[in-house]
Parts: sequence; C-alpha cells; structure tokens
Amino acid sequence: MTVPIIDLSRGSDIVDVTDSALGDRGGSPTAPAAPLTFVVPAVPVDAPPQRRRSVSNFRRTDTLAIGGSVLAAFALSGLLYDFLPWNGALGFVVVTYVCFLGLYALVVSFDESGPAVRDRTIAVVVQSLAFVLLLALVFVIAYTLIRGWQALLHSNFFVQDMQDAGPLDGLDVGGIFHAVVGTLWMISIALLITIPLGLTCAVFLNEIPGRFTRFVRTIVEAMTALPSIIAGLFVYATFILMLGMPKSGLAAALAISVMMLPIIIRAADVVLRLVPSSLKEASYAMGAGQWRTVWHVTLPTARSGLATAVILGTARGVGETSPVLLTAGFTAALNVNPLTGPMVSLPLETFELVKSPEPNLIARGFGCAAVLMLIVLILFIAARMIGGRGPGNLTNRQRQKRVRQSKRDVERFDARVEASAREAMKLPPAGAPTTSGHIAYAGAGDTFTPNQN
Amino acid sequence: MGTMTDERVASGTVIPSAPIVGEPPPAPRTLRPKAVGADRIFRGIIRLSGIAVLVIMGAVGLFLTFRAWQALSVAGITFLTTQGWNPDAGRGGFGIAAVLVGTVLIGLTAIVIAVPLATGTALYISEYAPRRIQRGLVSLVDLMAAVPSVVYGLWGFFFLQGQITGLSRWIATWFGWIPIFSVDGADPSDPLSGTSPTLYTSSTFICGIVVALMVTPITCSVMREVFSQAPPGEREGAYALGATKWGMVRSVVLPFGKGGMIGGTMLGLGRALGETIAVFMIISFIPAIQNHVLQSGGSSVSSLIALRYGDSTAFGTSALMAAGLALFIMTLIVNFIASSIVARSRSGAGTEA
Repeated sequence: MTVPIIDLSRGSDIVDVTDSALGDRGGSPTAPAAPLTFVVPAVPVDAPPQRRRSVSNFRRTDTLAIGGSVLAAFALSGLLYDFLPWNGALGFVVVTYVCFLGLYALVVSFDESGPAVRDRTIAVVVQSLAFVLLLALVFVIAYTLIRGWQALLHSNFFVQDMQDAGPLDGLDVGGIFHAVVGTLWMISIALLITIPLGLTCAVFLNEIPGRFTRFVRTIVEAMTALPSIIAGLFVYATFILMLGMPKSGLAAALAISVMMLPIIIRAADVVLRLVPSSLKEASYAMGAGQWRTVWHVTLPTARSGLATAVILGTARGVGETSPVLLTAGFTAALNVNPLTGPMVSLPLETFELVKSPEPNLIARGFGCAAVLMLIVLILFIAARMIGGRGPGNLTNRQRQKRVRQSKRDVERFDARVEASAREAMKLPPAGAPTTSGHIAYAGAGDTFTPNQN
Repeated sequence: MGTMTDERVASGTVIPSAPIVGEPPPAPRTLRPKAVGADRIFRGIIRLSGIAVLVIMGAVGLFLTFRAWQALSVAGITFLTTQGWNPDAGRGGFGIAAVLVGTVLIGLTAIVIAVPLATGTALYISEYAPRRIQRGLVSLVDLMAAVPSVVYGLWGFFFLQGQITGLSRWIATWFGWIPIFSVDGADPSDPLSGTSPTLYTSSTFICGIVVALMVTPITCSVMREVFSQAPPGEREGAYALGATKWGMVRSVVLPFGKGGMIGGTMLGLGRALGETIAVFMIISFIPAIQNHVLQSGGSSVSSLIALRYGDSTAFGTSALMAAGLALFIMTLIVNFIASSIVARSRSGAGTEA
C-alpha cells in the first residue's frame, strides 16, 4: 500500500488521500475506495529541530551525585579517622562506605522527594552487596592462583610424585602427578557409577508417576545436602570396616559417588521435567512406545542440559576432600591401581601439604589447589558452553544438522517409494491388493502413557 | 492389545459405533496403560534404578545407626549432654554437647553473614542488573558454588585469618558486654590486654565467614529464582500506582519471595552445618562448649570426625558414627523443612496473577 507523504513544514493541514491499494482488501478491485482523512497536528514553523528523547533511566546528575559522594566520603572519613576508635584498612573502608551512603542520600534529597531518596539509596546498597560477593569470589580464586603460580612454573611439578621430595627440598624436585592420577581414577570410577544410575533414576522420576516416585524424589532432594563427610563415613563403615577392604582409590570413588549421586539426579530431573510434553505426545501419537519416546525424543531433547548436570556434578565431586580423607589413605608415591594401596586426590594432597609449616610444602599446596581450581574452571566453562540452553533450543549448527538429516530422510523415503513402485510394475501380483508405499512402523500401537507430573 | 486392534482396523471388522441419540452417554472408559514388550523391560529397569538409589540413600542412615548402636547403648542419654570426647577411657565419657553447640554456632554465624549478601546479590541479579550481564552473573554465582571447599579453606587460613583479627578485637572491645562476643583474657578497660592476635585466630567467627562464602551461592540462587518468578502483572501494577523500584520490590517481590528466602536460608544452613574441610583447616579443636564466637578455639561435628577417625578403637569408631548420625539427622531435618518451604513458595499460592 502506498503511504501518503505529508510535508510537515506546511503547518496544520488536512490531507485527503485516496489510496487505491486499500480498496483491494475488500476483494473487489472495482469498488470505489473511501477517501481517508488524516489530521496533521500543527508544528510551529520556527520550532527547533526535535531531538530524540532519551528513555534511559540513567542521568548525568546521578553519576555526578555518586562521584561527588565518593569523593566527599573519602575526605570526611579521612578527617574523622583521627577521632574514631578504629584502625586498620577494613575500618577505613567501612567508615568511608557509611559516610558515602549518608552523603549520597543527602545529595539526592536536594532534588528528589522522600521515596525517591530511599529508592536510590537502597539501589546503591543492593549493588554494593552484589559487588562485595563477586569481589570475594574473584579474590578467593585469584589468591589461590597467584600463590600457586610459583609452583606451577616448575615443569617437574606436573610429572613427578612426592616420593623423592623431602620437606626441605626446593620446588624443582617432586610434584603432584600422583594426585592428578588419583583424582582422574576416582572421578572416572565415580562417573561410571553415577552417570548410568543417576540418569536412569532421573528418567524414572519423570516417566513413572506415582506415590513411590514422589517418595524417591523427596529422599533424593533431602540427600543433595548430605554432608560430604557423612558419605565418607558411610563408605568407611561399610566398605572398609565391614567388608574388611583396605583404604583405596576405589573406596574413595564409592564415597564420592554417594555424594554426587543425589546432585546429578536432582539436576537431571529438573532438566527432564522441562522437556515440552507436546514433543513427547507427538511421539506417542506417531505410535512410538514409551521406551522409544524416551530414547529418541526425551533424552536427545534434553541432551545439553543433562551434560551440564553431569559436568557440574563432576566439578563438585572433583573438589571434595572429606570423603577422600576418610577412605583413600595417603601416600607420597604414584599409585596407578585404584583397587589396592592408598591413593591421593588433588584436594587431599592440598590439604596434607598445607598442614606443614614448611614454606616450600605450602607453596606446593597452593600449586596443587591452583591445578584443582583450573580443572574446576575448565569443567565449569565446558558446562556453560554445552548447556545453558533450554531443551529444544538449538544452536545454528544443530539446526542445520537437523535440516540436512531431514533432507536425507525425505530422499530415502522417496527412493523407497520409487523402488517399491518399480517393483510393483515389474511383477504385478495376480489378485493381490497393491500395497505400494506402505511402510510398517515398528512399535506401532504401543500404549500411550500420559505424563502426569 | 495394540497389535490386535490394528489388525481389526486394517481388516475392517470394527465399525466405529456412532453415538445413538436418546441413550445415556457411555460411562467414561478407564484408561489403564499397560506396558508391553520392550516398554515393560524399560519400565522395569528404570524402576529398579529408582529402588537402587533409594536403597543406597537409606543404607547411609541405616548403617550409621547400626554402627553407632554400640556406642549409643553405652552412653545413653548422656551422649547428648556430655561435653568431652573420651570414648576409649571409660564408660560413657563422651558426648556431642560441645560439638553440637560449635556446629550450630558456626552455622548461625555463616547464615548471619550470608543472608544479607545473598539477598542483595539475588535482588541485584533479578531486579537491578542490566539484562545483558544477568546470565554472566548467574554463572559467576554458580561457579562460586563449585569452588572446592579446600580452596576456601586455604584462603581463610592463609589470608583471612591474618586480616580479620583487627575486626574481631574491635567487636570484642566494644560489644564484649554481650556474652557471645566476650573474649576471655581481653579486658576492654585495659588497652594493653587482649592485643595478642592469637587470642582471636582459629575462632568460630573466622570459620563462619569462610563457610558464609560457601553457602551464599546456594541461598542466593534459590532467592533469585523465587524473585524472578514474582508475577509481572503485580509488578507493573505497582509501577502503575507510582511506586519506585524499591517500592515495587518491597511490596511485590519480597512478599512473594518470602518463602523462598526462608527456604534458601535454611538450605544454606544445612550446607553450613555439614561443612568439613574448611572448618577443620581453620579451627583449633577444643572438646568443650565454646560459646564465645570471637575467641580462639571451637568445634564442629564434622571436624571431630575428621580429627579422630584414624586413631580410634572399634568403640571409638562407633562413637564417631554416633556423632555422624547426629549430624546426619540434623541436616536432614533442616533440609526437609527447607525444601518443603521452597516447594510451597514456588507453587505461586496466594497470588492472583
């Protein structure tokens, strides 16, 4: 449709527009179109050119108020500090912050009313609380990495064990290779146990509704906060004391599994619950059974979320010290067999190293913690890259892959229909009904179970 | 059942019966899905995995009780009232009165510090932060929950301990008249007494700060989730009535998220009670009730277990299991209450939108 162009500079005006294109919508192009009338508001001729209004909440006075308050707070607390019974950097920061809040409220109250002053002040408080928390996080991580850096610079730190390194030896002897191997063994065994069991249990919680399922879910949710030392104590009581097995990597892996299992189940349960039920119902409507629906629809749809659940569980399991402390024993030598002999993991090695007063051992401990922290960071970033999308939300690449797959399917179907048609033409069976193009689907007619969660 | 129906439909023997006018409508069919073939095996397997998980989780409680029985039957009720921990020497010379008080004090200190931080961060992420950085902030808070406890312990022991004694001394000097903040050996009227930093290191307070950093992300993520579920209709209603952002938060978001705030706090408390390695690294263990949070020395159930598991006799191990059982029951109760509060608050009951 054509848009009437109106010259705004002419002042108030009434424009008659006969738009023939609009008439098409009636279905009969020959019908006379009703004239449309636009009323254009008057614009003064000498008006300054209109500027686009800023709809942002941010104003220059806000910045000035904050900046001015900060400066004034520093000055004031510097002055006050001589009279107040405080000392140390922390006290100065607290006094400055309190002064800043008071001054900021005062500055805002010059041109705002009471509720607005409260609003601004509380916004500043909320933002600084969040800032403090994130600062603490960054600081904890950075502190570990920086103090561990010294040990990480030595390449032997990664390839040797602590067998030959005495307490007084420098950082150029000995390393944490045995702890890395131990961690890998423990987490691998734990994953071997928790991934199949955890994921099937999560599927169970979603696929078979009922009172028993609710009970299992309640127990699992309560167990997610199971103190990790209790998991260690449990394995210590059963595996080591009752079955008489020695402390080993396997025992530690079992303890880690007990701790990780509820975490993985709960995270996977949440992800599976988010799978759109329309997808599942579509699958049932196509005649697929429950098992086929879970395998071909539910699990692939939730794949990224499930991967995230497993990786985050792994990150928690890798860093646990107390279950390993009770069940793995301690050794300075490399042990590659998880079934016999004591084994060390990275967090346990860190813990044992920093108990010593020797500066070199403490430096090693920080190095060990830095390696552990890097592993957790890598796992975490991997989890964020894989997951973070809702089920069914595909990346571009996944979408393209699906389109290609679908194209191949169509070609395959066409080829099949063509082949069966050619066959039917080649040997026309006497008296038999033609069944060209009929494909029997496996699983057709299986029962439909509505998801009652 | 499925295949038979198919065949009948295919051969045309079943004529769909049209509803006959005048007859009462047929009673609704009872739909009882019955699994066949592969589905039956599948349902069997997943049901089995559910039972297996239940058995494992139940075994934790059962075995702890079983192992603890020997000690509990000797100690009886004195297990809850005795302060010392000397199971190997005599009959009943051990109990969890001291470690239980220590555990609760560490947990409460952590919660007092964690709740304002978590509330502020959750409000910031859900209400104040620009939309672009929201997801990043959520990831950072989640990362904070994934940082191993031994790393927090290192930070607390090597960094925080040296920095925080000034604050401890300041609180002890000015608020020492409150019993919980008093420190034996520090006299507020005498500026020279209590200046030694060792009086304030390895205290419940320092443990509480470190544990607070560990539980804040859990509390924060529960709160954030509940806050972001506050009904948009009521939010806009508040704005339409002229509320400022804080007015809207106070009258819509906070009342709506109250259940989640309480539940998240209790979930955090449950985590704080069970924290082991960071507490064990920092605290200097004393087996007596230490209710001065700022003073050096303290105790917790988990650090008792970590300290004594190696050198105990069979009876001593049984006593440790009893202590573990007490911790287990305590965290389980806290968690049950927490998750029921959170679950109720998420149902959206009590809101119109």
